[in-house]
Amino acid sequence: MKVGIGLPNTIPGTDGARLLEWARRADTGPFSTVAVLDRLVYDSLEPFTTLAAAGAVTQRVGLATMIAIGPLRGAAMLAKQAATVDAISGGGRFTLGLAVGARRDDYEAAGVAHRGRGARLSEQLAHLRSECDDLDVPLLVGGSSGAALLRMARYADGYAHGGGPPRAFASAATKARAAWGDLGRPGRPALWGQGYFAFGDPDRGSAYLRDYYAFTGPFADTIAAGNLTTARAVKDFVRGYEAEGCDELILLPTVSDLDDLDRLAEVLT
Amino acid sequence: MKVDILGAGPAGLYLAILLRRGDPSREITVIERNPPDATFGWGVVFSEDTMSALRDADHPTYTEIGDTFARWDSIDIRYRGERLRSRGHSFSAIRRTLLLDILQRRCVQLGVTLRFGVEVTDPATLTGDLVVAADGVNSLLRRGNERRFGSVVAPQGCRYVWFGTDLVLDAFTFAFRETEHGLFQAHAYPFDENASTWIVECRPEVWRAAGLDAASEADSISFCEKVFADELAGHRLLSNRSQWLNFQRVHNRSWHHGNVVLVGDAAHTAHFSIGSGTKLAMEDAIALAAAIEREPDLESALVAYELERQPVVERFQQAADTSAGYFERVAAHTGLEPIQFAVNLLTRSGRVSHANLTLRDPAFGRAADAWFAGRGTVIAPPPTFTPLRLGPVTVPNRVAVLSTVSTVSTVDRVSVPGAGLVLTELVAVDDGGRVSVDTPTVDGVDWASLGSRAHDAGALLAVHLGHAGARGSTRPARYGMDVPLRGPSAWPLVAASAIPFGPNGIVPVAPAADGLARLRDAFATAAARLAEAGVDVLELDLAHGRLLAGFLSPLTNHRDDAYGERSRFPMEVVSAVRAVWPADRALAVRLTVADRVARGGLTVDDGIATARELAAAGVAMVHVEAGQSVAEEQPTYRRGFLTELSDRVRNEAGVATLVGGHLTTIDEANTVLAAGRADLCLLDLT
Repeated sequence: MKVGIGLPNTIPGTDGARLLEWARRADTGPFSTVAVLDRLVYDSLEPFTTLAAAGAVTQRVGLATMIAIGPLRGAAMLAKQAATVDAISGGGRFTLGLAVGARRDDYEAAGVAHRGRGARLSEQLAHLRSECDDLDVPLLVGGSSGAALLRMARYADGYAHGGGPPRAFASAATKARAAWGDLGRPGRPALWGQGYFAFGDPDRGSAYLRDYYAFTGPFADTIAAGNLTTARAVKDFVRGYEAEGCDELILLPTVSDLDDLDRLAEVLT
Repeated sequence: MKVDILGAGPAGLYLAILLRRGDPSREITVIERNPPDATFGWGVVFSEDTMSALRDADHPTYTEIGDTFARWDSIDIRYRGERLRSRGHSFSAIRRTLLLDILQRRCVQLGVTLRFGVEVTDPATLTGDLVVAADGVNSLLRRGNERRFGSVVAPQGCRYVWFGTDLVLDAFTFAFRETEHGLFQAHAYPFDENASTWIVECRPEVWRAAGLDAASEADSISFCEKVFADELAGHRLLSNRSQWLNFQRVHNRSWHHGNVVLVGDAAHTAHFSIGSGTKLAMEDAIALAAAIEREPDLESALVAYELERQPVVERFQQAADTSAGYFERVAAHTGLEPIQFAVNLLTRSGRVSHANLTLRDPAFGRAADAWFAGRGTVIAPPPTFTPLRLGPVTVPNRVAVLSTVSTVSTVDRVSVPGAGLVLTELVAVDDGGRVSVDTPTVDGVDWASLGSRAHDAGALLAVHLGHAGARGSTRPARYGMDVPLRGPSAWPLVAASAIPFGPNGIVPVAPAADGLARLRDAFATAAARLAEAGVDVLELDLAHGRLLAGFLSPLTNHRDDAYGERSRFPMEVVSAVRAVWPADRALAVRLTVADRVARGGLTVDDGIATARELAAAGVAMVHVEAGQSVAEEQPTYRRGFLTELSDRVRNEAGVATLVGGHLTTIDEANTVLAAGRADLCLLDLT
């Protein structure tokens, strides 16, 4: 299993210099990928622009959206942004993860109907996979509903899980494999997982998670309680995901201190 | 800390005990609207796991409970006048009133305030730092806040009534009795040395036909005593305000809001047929009390409690849902022989497999395997390795695997030696019926050589023959499925109606009768070629929204000619193929039994009717599939997600079935086969 790290693009107050230094250090560290989240109505940086910049200051590390909210963008624009990130980073480093996201206000702000978002994501995926576009980057699709898993199996190369303990990943992975077989896709889907961590100031990290997920109501507390705040917790989490057949695990920061990145690099090596 | 607990059932009382034990300075009040000696229900079941949890949580109550427990290790299935016994299960149960009495006394001993006969109507009067909703299925505290808790409450399963009896059973007993009105079943178990619980259950239409909707309590009792006269052996059924009920399934997305927390039935119910309600309630109390001791503040404790309990409860609820569904439809299983009926019942919820049954009771496992193998011997292979007679052919074992044509033809042995049946990918009747340029056609493959490779590996060769219909002319599978070709590389499509499949789909042409006749002939010609080349089994495609399935589903057949009668064209093709397919070879059909859309699609009953028609037309086996008639649908995926559908087709249409649906182990296959849910399993070994 490969392990990647998130860029702090959705942690409020992260400036460009910090973000690029984060990407540079990740490039020289034990990480397979740097990944970004996507939120429109939040103090955050746009995912494709962020990855283009990260791609420009790194040589080796993979770049991924984990995930980008597809329907907020037109299909042709989405394809152009993805192809641009791929080109700027030299080709072959970018993985495009897409899902419908969870927030209604992101849709309102983008002027896009929330209703019918699943069908619209399917249309985008069909567009990205068509000969006229022929975007040559691996595609991941996220979401937990049966319709989302079906969409993943129909169009994507793999599944982007939304987070949780290893047993939650295991259950989603089983469903993803079942959907893959149902569609008659050859082989098996790539399986990507994610988790949150904070070492230096775990309280600040958990406060960020409660704020970032405030729209989910009490579930925000559940997510904050899952924040990995010790070396032991990270190691157990990594081992748990590996045992459940995860191909690539992205550990997302909840505090944008570079010390946290260095500490995670230490823990993983 | 001040804690108000609403409801003096097992969850509320036990939580009060544990919290007070943990810190005697806590002010704990349990408020109950009924008097202390009110009696509802008879005995409640525990498992060994619960008992060890109780031992660690509070030893005095554990000792008292353990002293009065009924314990047993067998399940009896009484069916068609036979009694089948499966051993090695461990159960214990206690009289509900006694359990409550033990818990109440312990509460008093520890200084918990118990207020009985107090009806709370305004939740605002509960002013504790923590307010616990232990007030059951119809929880007052939950009802005011459905949106916050994300509550879903809905009736589930059959009509049931909870009786006692003075017959002391020595096993958990499931009894089935056919009556002139329909099937009745009893779930019964002992709970002390004097009495047993005796729950009677039947479908609502049976209940009405028997006049039980209008019957008095005494009439209900005498009716049920007559139905189960043999099993009760002269003993009486006892009432305790026993009314016919609908089980209410309670599910909450969140179990706490502010300082209010849900426990037991207020948080979740699991259908009584898996006997876990009290167990889950008391385990909730243990987890919540432990989280409060452990966590730095109340909020973290409630989150930790929810995190620990929700996944466990979800698993039980899923098993309970499956079990409730089983008992709703059990009448369809009365065609099974007693031993297979018993295996089907014991494995109904997915928590017990063939291997579990065999480990718990080797003699029972041997008897089931010997029956399955059709042998009188005590040593028989497990079901997976028992040959299958499929019409005129014999499949050497019950495992099928998928293989692409190129894999079969390029390697020396088929990809998975050991399977009884190698099933190819979709092979198109002609170029126009291909899914993509990679789809093999009947004309493009040396079938005789492929067949001998399969035979060399000890398997039969089955060819999946079809026509892509509206799902044709797409990019190769490495780009995904159903991505339409564009421009000059695309080819024209035909389908039941001119409805494109999925986003950007090519609009197919709906052929008239003469065009359909040509397509039918193409199927027959292709089948004849495969027959000539010695293919063992032909699996004709009526699945997943391709040409023939497109006629079956109302979502894709909008024709107003004679072929608007949806099974007409597929059945014409089946007859034409049957006519050219040799009598000494097997014909199977891959069938979408039901659609996976909210409304307007094929229903399971539609699919079962089609399966019956196919069997009558000489089809030896139905390969059960679901959905994919249209691109946007709502499937439910899990391990064995097609098993229940296969069970229904096999037992209601009376035809052999092949089922996949993400079965990955031999034990899963053994369980499916031994229970009579399918005849052949497609294993996913990727």
